[in-house]
Amino acid sequence: MEAADAASLAVHTQDLAKRYGKTVALSGLTMSVRRAEVFGFLGPNGAGKTTAVKLLVGLARATAGQAWVLGAPVGDLKTRRRLGYLPELFRYQGWMKASEVLSLHCELADLPRAGWKSEIAGALETVGLSERGGDRVEGFSKGMQQRLGLGVALLGRPDLVLLDEPTSALDPVGRHDVREIIRKLKDRGTAVFLNSHLLSEVEQVCDRLAVVDRGRVIATGTMSQILGQDGAVRVRVTGLPPEGRASLGSYGSLEDEGEWLTFRGLSQDRVPELVSDIVNQGGRVYAVEPRHETLEDRFLQLLKEQDR
Amino acid sequence: MHMLTIARLTVLEASRRKLLLALALLTLLVIVLTSWGFSRLPTMKGVTPAEVRVAASQLTILVAFMFSGVLALGSTLVAAPSIASDIESGIALAILPRPIRRSEVLIGKWLGLAVLIALYAVLSGLLEMLGIQWATAYLPPNPATAIAFVAAEGIVLMTLALLLSTRLAPMTGGVIALVLFFVGWIGGIALGIGQAFQNSTIINIGVGSRLLIPTDGLWHGAIFYLEPSDFLAAARAAGRVRAGNPFFADAALPVPYLLWIVAWILILLVLANWSFARRDL
Repeated sequence: MEAADAASLAVHTQDLAKRYGKTVALSGLTMSVRRAEVFGFLGPNGAGKTTAVKLLVGLARATAGQAWVLGAPVGDLKTRRRLGYLPELFRYQGWMKASEVLSLHCELADLPRAGWKSEIAGALETVGLSERGGDRVEGFSKGMQQRLGLGVALLGRPDLVLLDEPTSALDPVGRHDVREIIRKLKDRGTAVFLNSHLLSEVEQVCDRLAVVDRGRVIATGTMSQILGQDGAVRVRVTGLPPEGRASLGSYGSLEDEGEWLTFRGLSQDRVPELVSDIVNQGGRVYAVEPRHETLEDRFLQLLKEQDR
Repeated sequence: MHMLTIARLTVLEASRRKLLLALALLTLLVIVLTSWGFSRLPTMKGVTPAEVRVAASQLTILVAFMFSGVLALGSTLVAAPSIASDIESGIALAILPRPIRRSEVLIGKWLGLAVLIALYAVLSGLLEMLGIQWATAYLPPNPATAIAFVAAEGIVLMTLALLLSTRLAPMTGGVIALVLFFVGWIGGIALGIGQAFQNSTIINIGVGSRLLIPTDGLWHGAIFYLEPSDFLAAARAAGRVRAGNPFFADAALPVPYLLWIVAWILILLVLANWSFARRDL
């Protein structure tokens, strides 16, 4: 892809690789994140998720490949003004007040001074720290630091926000708040790159996702593309002759557990046809249960396929 | 302009972490105690004003040595963690993705630390000189230049620690900078002995050490401006007896050497920038 094509995307990487000495952290990462979408970057620990984000924000230099952020090559100083970033493991200056940390980042992000006050108040309110703006950061819990970090990432209405495990230190209320913040960001046209190993989080907020393992994208697409359009159906049947069972294989991959038959890869439209076929062959149907594959099922399956 | 933001942040941090307050209180205590000590000199039995003057000039050099030591060690302790601990704690992860160059962070820190060092050297030096003058009526020939050299010694060591801080852990960088500081000091003594006995090998070792680590050279620059001319003449007449005395300087620092020190600081800053810019975080 040329740089001109990359301009229409929030993030684009082409064969991006990173090696630390002999350790390969990322090998040949190719992916695209569209503008104003919530993109989930999902992978097990050590898959190279944080390395990828660090390359995108210029904290580390790629060993090979190319990457563009908001249409500019990574590291471009001007583009960084339109970028918000919440690192995974970070700390702010403990001797500063929360409002001072935000003020420092307003200054570093080149925001017009006249708008700082409202930016800071807005950020504190969004992350639920309005009452703590005057307190020193050293007294903050890990969760509060993470909330402050999110507030810092939101300053100046960035076009792209990269969140690296944003809820790792948060309680359930905090996690819910973060999901709401991400939805609001999307509504106002901000692209969100969500780095996470929390499947439920990704499942609930992401438009598209990439599954990464050992530094490579192993699946990418919308949630339904990743999960597969066709679900599975479980049917409880008695009285079906063995030859009848065998003929049902044409509906999808069949798992025979005695009375329970599970058909995978079966389009929901064909369920009535299946039931009528079973009845015609002398079977008695007691239950028909559509089964949706969860992201966890699919994720584990993808990783297993990689191991083969 | 972000460079000045980081410089301001560095000074603010020193103030908020009570480093400035602790230094100010301890320094004031030292100045009061030494001034009282100096005020005892003229009251000693049978002492002549000329003897008071000689004693005061020698003691002034020793007090200056103490301040230069405090400044050198303090500069190392503050500079060695400056970049390294920001990386270790993750503070750098939050700041560097902003539209700021790594060089601005580095030079900003250097600037902030240099201001702190200069401020401490000038204020403590000025107060100490005033205290000595009040106690003995003695004032060294050129205290302002001497203070400037002591400040420069701190800045040189801070620059070295800052360079090490771009790659090494705070502890490691700090220890290396301090070892080099003391090696430089011994190198200076070797140079004095080599010159007195005209041994070219020892002279070369001493000159090499002064070029590589200019802290001792600057210390000798400071001493020279604290020595009254009559004392200097008497010391020169003593010849070899004074060889290797780390509290005596025979001559002012030559201009090419001063230019080398400026170049040395610039070279180290360029190296530090290069090293920090290439570091993966």
